[in-house]
Amino acid sequence: MMQRHAFTRRDMLRFATASTTLSLLSACAGAGPVLKPVGKVVVVGGGFGGATAAKHLRMWSGGRVAVTLVEPSWQFVSCPMSNLVVGGSKTLADITVGYQGLKRWGVNVVHDTVSSIDADKHRVHLASGTSWSYDRLVVSPGVDFLYDQVQGMTADASTVVPHAWKAGGQTVLLRRQLEAMPDGGVVVMSIPLAPYRCPPGPYERACQIAWYLKTRKAKGKLIVLDANPQVTSKGPLFTRAWKESYADLLDYRPNAKVTEVDVPGKTFVLELGDRVKGDVLNLIPPMRAADIARASHLVTANQRWCEVDWITMESAAVKDVHVLGDATLSAPGMPKSGHMANQHAKAAAAAIIEIFSGRRPEPPTMVNTCYSFVDDHRAIHVSSVHRYDEGKKTLVPVAGAGGVSIPDGERWAIEGSYASGWAQTIWADMLA
Amino acid sequence: MNTRSIFVGGLVTALVALSSGAAAQSNASDTPAFYLTGTCTNCHGTQGRSAGAMPSLAGLSQSYLVEQMKQFREGKRPATIMHEIARGYSDEQAALIAEYFARQSPVR
Repeated sequence: MMQRHAFTRRDMLRFATASTTLSLLSACAGAGPVLKPVGKVVVVGGGFGGATAAKHLRMWSGGRVAVTLVEPSWQFVSCPMSNLVVGGSKTLADITVGYQGLKRWGVNVVHDTVSSIDADKHRVHLASGTSWSYDRLVVSPGVDFLYDQVQGMTADASTVVPHAWKAGGQTVLLRRQLEAMPDGGVVVMSIPLAPYRCPPGPYERACQIAWYLKTRKAKGKLIVLDANPQVTSKGPLFTRAWKESYADLLDYRPNAKVTEVDVPGKTFVLELGDRVKGDVLNLIPPMRAADIARASHLVTANQRWCEVDWITMESAAVKDVHVLGDATLSAPGMPKSGHMANQHAKAAAAAIIEIFSGRRPEPPTMVNTCYSFVDDHRAIHVSSVHRYDEGKKTLVPVAGAGGVSIPDGERWAIEGSYASGWAQTIWADMLA
Repeated sequence: MNTRSIFVGGLVTALVALSSGAAAQSNASDTPAFYLTGTCTNCHGTQGRSAGAMPSLAGLSQSYLVEQMKQFREGKRPATIMHEIARGYSDEQAALIAEYFARQSPVR
């Protein structure tokens, strides 16, 4: 049963006071007597999905939805832009943002780990022993890795063979390994079969590592082992960038699926037995929805992803639980991206507020934009717009909308400035 | 005048100006426009206040914003990406979005 909490004049005054500097908030508070939505939401995960959901639930409800965000990290470190830290043109500090902004919106930010979700009792239990009840739960847990699909590889071994596919310590580790490598060394990276988090991300990383080698270690080589038959996103653009800028040092090999890692021997073993040795290895492992999603019975597709209702983002399996971001079974043509998770979050926030208001949520429109840097200042993009199809009961790309950058490297510098602006603005949209 | 009546007022204007077919099926008068503007704000900033190279939209006039969306869609205004994104929106959606950003206080 959904718990409803009486919304009193005193609450309204409190919210109004808290929001005097926030014009939209004050404007919405004026709509309070009409909408009367009051409810309690717990958000699990403070990344692109969770942080955006927490902020927009507060902002769009005029402060009338109580929001608790559970996130283990003290600061948000962005995966988008983290390849530039690997390449050396950005630092980790450049891609790190605190959670203070969410607190200013009145989000109760709890730095803890969820140990279990009791969906029947509508309660979330945390590692510290505390627990929080909810009317609606938002789970935006990201991904965890399927190390059992790569023989010889373990979570512990990622301190030797980094994934750097969750930004933070892993990003810095890969950067340090590149810095420590002698000129003339070989870097080998492995890309898993799609779907995985951030389709163009591995190819952007290849550009960043190649740019570092070209500018600092010109005798070095990069071998890219891609399990996919071709570059999975912006293929012609990446191929052009590689040919124009990195032809001498980048060796791209499609249909090269890594099934084993000899960690001490610094060697990848391919499906057909070929061995590729490197001085620095970067394994982007196959992945699935994060552990907490699986433990909470939210994973319904291929034992990997969470199916959702694309109007509300509510789980197909567990009532009153909304799942966002990379953990979802993607709708057709929809990438697993930070931008997309932001859009999922807004759809969920809108739906939850509408449900609390006793109304039926409207089908959302969503937009995706992914920029990838091909060196330290030039970027290429892919965009798409997604609308709900009543017949197919899912979001589908709008025909004729979306596209990619024009294939002219001279034009990519202006896109580089938009790419940096994109990062600054979306971080603010979720956290400030 | 509360926020909700502003939304409804803006919508009536939009409906008068545009064909009524799409509007009738979406029952949009019950949906605050700010949900839809969430598709813009990742790049143009919360409430249309950009933190980067993309222009802020806050306080720009509704007619100007509607016209820009039209020009992007028709390829008349050069762009790196907006011509692709604008084609994903209906006239009705563009009008709702423009009405919202026009109401935000401009960035100085």
